Amino acid sequence: MSESKGRFGVHGGQYIPETLMNAVIELEKAYDHYKNDPDFNRELTELLNNYAGRPSLLYRADKLTRELGGAKIYLKREDLNHTGSHKINNVLGQALLAKKMGKTRLIAETGAGQHGVATATAAALLDMECVVFMGEEDTKRQALNVYRMRLLGADVIPVKSGTATLKDAVSEAMREWTSRIADTHYCLGSVMGPHPFPTIVRDFQAVISRESRAQILEAEGRLPDAVIACVGGGSNAIGSFYHFIPDEGVRLIGCEAAGRGIDTFETAATVNTGRIGIFHGMKSYFCQDEYGQIAPVYSISAGLDYPGVGPEHAYLHDIGRAEYVPITDDEAVNAFEYLSRTEGIIPAIESAHAIAYAMKLAPTMDKDKIIIVTVSGRGDKDCAAIARYRGEDIHE
Amino acid sequence: MSNIRSAFANGKAFIPFITCGDPNLETTAKIVRAAAENGADLIELGIPFSDPTAEGPVIQGANIRALAAGVTTDKVFELVKELRKDVKIPFVFMTYANVVYSYDAERFMARCCEAGVDGIILPDLPYEEKNEFADVAKQYGVDLISMIAPTSEDRIAMIAKEASGFIYVVSSLGVTGERSEITTNISELVELVRKNTNVPCAVGFGISKPEQAKAMAKLSDGAIVGSAIIKILEKYGSEAAPYVGQFVKEMKSAVVSD
Repeated sequence: MSESKGRFGVHGGQYIPETLMNAVIELEKAYDHYKNDPDFNRELTELLNNYAGRPSLLYRADKLTRELGGAKIYLKREDLNHTGSHKINNVLGQALLAKKMGKTRLIAETGAGQHGVATATAAALLDMECVVFMGEEDTKRQALNVYRMRLLGADVIPVKSGTATLKDAVSEAMREWTSRIADTHYCLGSVMGPHPFPTIVRDFQAVISRESRAQILEAEGRLPDAVIACVGGGSNAIGSFYHFIPDEGVRLIGCEAAGRGIDTFETAATVNTGRIGIFHGMKSYFCQDEYGQIAPVYSISAGLDYPGVGPEHAYLHDIGRAEYVPITDDEAVNAFEYLSRTEGIIPAIESAHAIAYAMKLAPTMDKDKIIIVTVSGRGDKDCAAIARYRGEDIHE
Repeated sequence: MSNIRSAFANGKAFIPFITCGDPNLETTAKIVRAAAENGADLIELGIPFSDPTAEGPVIQGANIRALAAGVTTDKVFELVKELRKDVKIPFVFMTYANVVYSYDAERFMARCCEAGVDGIILPDLPYEEKNEFADVAKQYGVDLISMIAPTSEDRIAMIAKEASGFIYVVSSLGVTGERSEITTNISELVELVRKNTNVPCAVGFGISKPEQAKAMAKLSDGAIVGSAIIKILEKYGSEAAPYVGQFVKEMKSAVVSD
């Protein structure tokens, strides 16, 4: 059987309606052209450096290291990017590409709102129209980000179908794209969906490990022993891993949202609890029932509350190159508070899943070992929700 | 020749779509019989999926109601087996790739063959991915229905050459659901198809009224209607069968009229 394009082992592919096929083919052609175009790359680097604030810091977290008493911990500070998360890396790339393709309108899905905010930001900067689809449940959990997107000039459409969370926002954005293709680019926010999205988004996010690999070599004169990042669809994780994949001595660890635990139904830990399936344009692991109905997943983190995972992660899992560990709501909330107290850095609740695993792993490692943890975003947006989790009602 | 061809043997075909199990399987059985008795040439049976990304709000609602009623792929196969005792017109499943993949494609096609399902439409399985299911479908005599959209352009020849059963011509951009007008140049699409195959073409998406069905069937070999039927179900629930029967009768007489 011949395999179609955009495969990562058995995963990936292009499982989308015929209506969208020429759109993804056109996107692939444009990307293949522009990714090697010096002018395009110069413009993108200019935006990343002088607008988004790259390169991001690789911060040696001495206090965290001392308190945990094991491996030396570095934090890759994607939270310091303009708009407050790694999402801007991908969005600037895609928005610029869309503009070159003659598109005038960006649509996007968002979970926590970080990708929506980044897309609305790029649209404002590049004079493009912007519509963001967000699960109605998430518009409540992340009301501040809804306001930010509207402030930036975007239309935010609350999605009421299904579980009214990230997966439904993706479905609705895909539906919108099939109805308006000529002037519209679907600015997908993670390393998921049909080919070429998993590759394009990975390439734009790979700036994270391109920098961190050089930064750690500069700081320590050697590679790290482990790289840790949180995984929903998996864009910050693949960006954090990518340039370390050939370095076999570097453990790559993705932290999935276990919600209330992987032995419960209230979880979003796809690799740990899912099976291979076909959904949202790709073959990969999905949380689903025995008949292939997609499961209504749960996590405290709106950004990780997704029943699938990017196909390249599924592949890295299959070949044993990366490990995927579950982190519960409780562990993530503890880490959210712990990093705030010890380092004065409030991480996004998504990123707190990665911090939580570093808190478990570091004490088991020798002091001469090195861990890089990606802080994918800042946690201001989560303060009200975490306060609620702790039984405190604050007004945003 | 596949059984599906027989649906196009008596002039223009009228093809109703029904989501199995909306609001329950007993009602689906009554509706299928009412549609067959009132002139449906082929029936599209939807196996519900949790996240039907090609559907508009009306059919999404039908999927949700059917799943809430506990419908599963196995129960749908049982329904078809039961219907096949007296309903002879072709049946074509309409569902999503994961429903088939999760069931195991070979096991799924074998059960289609056993139950008497003639074809399958998977809107999230484009030409590039069809090999995954096409070989095993062929092995069990199930036609994997190809779709052609207003954006297909240079892809039409390639798709048409490998089509079997019938070709589902998507009338408009976007998802399923009623539309006040269809602006795509359907005859141009159909002409391109006919240059490459003699497999019949039926037009779907957005058709709800007899005059639309008549116009679309005139330009092709038949008309497919889904959301308008689901709306009758929304209104009448388990009492919907006679109303669907009446609707099918009107639509069929419109598509065959000159």
